[in-house]
Amino acid sequence: MVTLARSVNPAVLSVQIRKQFSASGAAPFVLDVSASFSPGFTVLFGPSGSGKSTLLDCIAGLQLPDSGEIRLGEEIFFDAAQRINIPPQRRELAYVFQSLALFPHLSVDQNIRYGLAKVAAAEQRRRVEESVAAFHIETLLQRRPGELSGGEKQRVALARALVTQPRILLLDEPLTGLDAVLRRSILEDLHAWSANRPIPILYVTHNREEVDAIGEHVLTLSNGRVQESGAPRAVLDAPRSVELAQAAGFENVLSAKVLEHRPADGVMRVALDDGPSELEIPLGDAMPGSEVCVAIRAGDILLATEAPHFLSARNVLPGTIESLETRGVLVQVKVKAGAVFLVHVTPSAARSLDLSPGQIIWLVIKTHSCHLVR
Amino acid sequence: MNAEALLLSLRLAATVSLLLLFFALPLAYALAFLKWPGKFLVESIVALPLVLPPTVLGFYALIAMGPRGPLGKLWQSLFGHSLAFTFAGLVIASLVYSLPFAVQPLVTAFESLDRRLLDASAVLGASNARTFFRIILPLAWPGVLTSLVLSFAHTLGEFGVVLMVGGNLPGVTRTVSIDIYDRAQALDYAGAQQTALLLLAVCFLVLSLVYAVNRRVWSPWPVR
Repeated sequence: MVTLARSVNPAVLSVQIRKQFSASGAAPFVLDVSASFSPGFTVLFGPSGSGKSTLLDCIAGLQLPDSGEIRLGEEIFFDAAQRINIPPQRRELAYVFQSLALFPHLSVDQNIRYGLAKVAAAEQRRRVEESVAAFHIETLLQRRPGELSGGEKQRVALARALVTQPRILLLDEPLTGLDAVLRRSILEDLHAWSANRPIPILYVTHNREEVDAIGEHVLTLSNGRVQESGAPRAVLDAPRSVELAQAAGFENVLSAKVLEHRPADGVMRVALDDGPSELEIPLGDAMPGSEVCVAIRAGDILLATEAPHFLSARNVLPGTIESLETRGVLVQVKVKAGAVFLVHVTPSAARSLDLSPGQIIWLVIKTHSCHLVR
Repeated sequence: MNAEALLLSLRLAATVSLLLLFFALPLAYALAFLKWPGKFLVESIVALPLVLPPTVLGFYALIAMGPRGPLGKLWQSLFGHSLAFTFAGLVIASLVYSLPFAVQPLVTAFESLDRRLLDASAVLGASNARTFFRIILPLAWPGVLTSLVLSFAHTLGEFGVVLMVGGNLPGVTRTVSIDIYDRAQALDYAGAQQTALLLLAVCFLVLSLVYAVNRRVWSPWPVR
């Protein structure tokens, strides 16, 4: 009955809090967030140190905000003015930490049952079976966390959190350190579980791929404040702040000045502050003469060893290779073309082009690989 | 060798270390997990016996337990006899003397627990008591063992406090270390040697046991 009532009228989590951390010497960090979270996935995205985990801790009741309020529907979790602070035990939410925090001395089965102390035995058995099946961990029940692989631990942590039938689900980078295939399969299980449970799910990550896989709504935090909120493509593919562009994986953030608008073509031309190079970028709301930043992913830039002709790409810049650095499965090439550009190519491409420092090279960048940021 | 003195010392050490655990567990919990004003004062009081000469501690214990001391008066009115120079008096003085050895391993063990485990327990609905018995104690048990053994061994070997508070009554307050001292004074080096060697062996054995256990079992903090 309760589940029915909840699904008819799913509760919105609304948060309006402020918390100041005074670090000695440095300027104090202030978390100042006001946002509401509807049932379904909201991705919290932002550079590390932007206050994502602190926000989750405040919602869970593990940290006390200085002021403001937190409520789920009509129910008050925290209200500074009324001096209400419901302890974490009574908020009936689930929280999967980045470290997962599985109890090392308890078996997987005991870990999962830990949050069900007040649930009757028969109901306990039913729920454990259900969540164990949902996350495919039937064979792990008698093991200790120390005997599990990374992916298995993450599945157990999710099962332990969800078996309690929480009213809010907080996930703090629960899938870090997993390979893409494993991550996708766990995300699928999580999606399947959440499909018929309309509760707010806050998912912290700075992995772009996870954002796309979850992809309903994204809220970006920067330096303790909400920056933007909307669909992932709108917010992250066109990041509107330099910090966010860097966090979203744009290796090149270049300052430039707008030269002219060409509305008929939907583009505008900008001059880079460093050097004589000009770029054609999609038309944005910056006026000619104004200072802007242009963000370009290192992987979106092509390299050519001769001046290329007959290309659709509108930006071809000559430059010189400053350095080459192998990073795992890619080679990072630093190219001086007025400004310094970072370019990612595969090791085989670097070999076949016979790239070396000092070499003259052409950068090829599509107009729509250039993003205007504030 | 004086078996009576040895048995008395063992009885004293066992009583004191078990009693201390009851006081030390809540005290260490408060020191490790709770924030309260004046915590530093309590911390320094707990650590005081580490630096205070045992005779000073014993002297004040004797004053307190004497017929005109507050503790002595209270004891007299409750049990009808004085507290000084009795086994109970020895126990009380030893509780104070060995307190840091019981509290500090527990505080260290508690503080080195992963706080996120305690957070996880709270979010999963567990009361503080349940978190303590299901998570904190099982994970900190090498610390509990260390606390027990250190306070046991420390009480076993105490001398100054016993001499001041207990005197030297055979079977009541004459512990092994007093016995060794007596024999050495009487030039009975063979007798002193036997007891001393036994005490050395016992202390070495219990400490080896603790370190062995701390290394082998799953331990919540890195053992060095």
